[in-house]
Amino acid sequence: MKTAVSAPAARRSGGPAGRRRPGGGLSGRLGPLGVTAVAVAALLVLAALLAPVLAPYDPDIGSIVQRYLPPGPEHLLGTDQSGRDLLSRLLYGARTSLLGAAAVVVIAGVGGTLLALVATWFGGRVDAFVGRVLDLLFAFPNLLLAIIVVAVFGTGMAQATVALAMAYVPYTARVLRSVALRERRLPYVQAAELQGLSGVTVSGRHLLPNIAPQILTGAAINFGYAMIDLAALSFLGLGVQAPTADWGLMVSQGQDSLLQGYPQQSLLAGTCIVVAVAAFSVIGERLGGRAAGGRA
Amino acid sequence: MNDDVKNDVKDTDGGVIGRAGGGSRRTSGTGGPGGSGGSGGSGGSGANGPGGAGGSEGDVIAISGLRKRFVTGRGSGRRTVDALDDVSLTVADGSCLAVVGESGSGKSTLARILVGLEAADAGEVVLAGRPVARRPRRAERRARARDIQMVFQDPNGSLNRRRTAGSAIAEVLAAHHRVTGADARRRVEELLEQVGLRPAHARSLPGELSGGQRQRVAIARALAAEPRVLVLDEAVAALDVSVQAQVLNLLSEIRRDRRLTYLFITHDLSVVRQVSEEVVVMRQGRIVERGSTAQVLDDPRHPYTRLLRDSAPRPGWRPVRAIGRDAAEVEA
Repeated sequence: MKTAVSAPAARRSGGPAGRRRPGGGLSGRLGPLGVTAVAVAALLVLAALLAPVLAPYDPDIGSIVQRYLPPGPEHLLGTDQSGRDLLSRLLYGARTSLLGAAAVVVIAGVGGTLLALVATWFGGRVDAFVGRVLDLLFAFPNLLLAIIVVAVFGTGMAQATVALAMAYVPYTARVLRSVALRERRLPYVQAAELQGLSGVTVSGRHLLPNIAPQILTGAAINFGYAMIDLAALSFLGLGVQAPTADWGLMVSQGQDSLLQGYPQQSLLAGTCIVVAVAAFSVIGERLGGRAAGGRA
Repeated sequence: MNDDVKNDVKDTDGGVIGRAGGGSRRTSGTGGPGGSGGSGGSGGSGANGPGGAGGSEGDVIAISGLRKRFVTGRGSGRRTVDALDDVSLTVADGSCLAVVGESGSGKSTLARILVGLEAADAGEVVLAGRPVARRPRRAERRARARDIQMVFQDPNGSLNRRRTAGSAIAEVLAAHHRVTGADARRRVEELLEQVGLRPAHARSLPGELSGGQRQRVAIARALAAEPRVLVLDEAVAALDVSVQAQVLNLLSEIRRDRRLTYLFITHDLSVVRQVSEEVVVMRQGRIVERGSTAQVLDDPRHPYTRLLRDSAPRPGWRPVRAIGRDAAEVEA
């Protein structure tokens, strides 16, 4: 009898509180590594935003007589093969690299969410059709798909971004579909459905908020991948075009200098990519672990 | 999910066949309790319904010849299950009809078709005197929702965990009665009080409520549409016994005060006795027995009902082993 009484009471008092504690502060949710990752990401975003203020030189103008200068008081990180200030190029490069990845993630997120919601809401044939189309897209490796799109629509930052976003849609859509499907089967969705509310209303009001954590988590993880893939496209000459500053392009342009004994450009840009990708991946993973109710 | 809904649609006149077979199998159609010993209070449909095809004046639900077949698996593993096989029944206005049966007997499918969450393959549903379209448009769904509402089994899943109890109720108010703003808030508080909660609970998230409280909110949400019929699909099955009793009492009060009609779907025969005057026993998609609660539970005519009754746990009960064999004997 005693246990019968205390058990529900314990559940009631312990339940919500126990669920709230880890979600209480963002820092508690992310852990020390996660907090570091957030700080690094914030620093990068800040650097990108403040590039015009922070950059000591115009990133696109160099002097041919000041090629390959080592780091010094004039140029903190030295100059590249055209005599351009590397620090300025890295700061401006953060803009294109982060913005491009953000655009990929947003487009892929919106597209994937819409597809997932449409597939789950209508189910049956619509779901099967969406599934088949996604399977077809899955058959192509990400980068190959993006290269095909770029080959068709031409090179450039915008094209590369849209191409990558399309390549990312299947991943986003598939994950979100399974989450939305689980949600769709819950009685509260059916309770709303039987009121005669429209699919758009029920999906927007009930399904979307409940799959939002997974959307955000997916976006944070994809962000890192999108940066690498965009850098790769730029490295291949299909994405951002010279003379625009971009980390991927800088790695590529630094290749020749690398052989001549001036590795700074490639190393610095590469380091920036690695740090940014690591930071966003950690954030995504931490958020995802929590959303799945998982590990400490 | 929808592609499970498959072909093999029989003609709507299945209801006629059903009624013809009803005599021998006691698939009581519109006739009300077959045993004349049915208690006076339960005689609603019997007294009012002389047995018209579409139900009589006093019937708020009239179903005839309802069929639903599910197809599972593909290729050689493909199987069909008749969730509903020619089901006909009527429910008198203001009465409470319990539908009992084991898992898979088709009772939940019946409920889901009634509220419009599932489409029947064949058969007719007349709700509050109006025939219901098999694949209703949105406006028709909305009109139906004003007549019939449903309370689901799972108190954890029946409310959106990110929205407050109040907003769940307000959503239904806005959808059906265009009540918004301060009016809606007042109405939400009234409804919460009617189901034994405090007005302050309107701001609670489902995670902050107990299972019983959540189920009360779900009942308030259903009542917000001001329906004539409430379908309760195992609505108390997931609750502790003491909470179950409270919610059952609440449901009885609400029915009395609002003159509602209940279709009470359950597998729990002890619950049936508490709430309902009349019982329908379903097995493998068919109605095998119908009558007053007392008569069906104390003196079941159909062997399956007897088996069902004897399988129910009670003090001093010994489980019947090999229920499959017993069922086979029932068949024979």
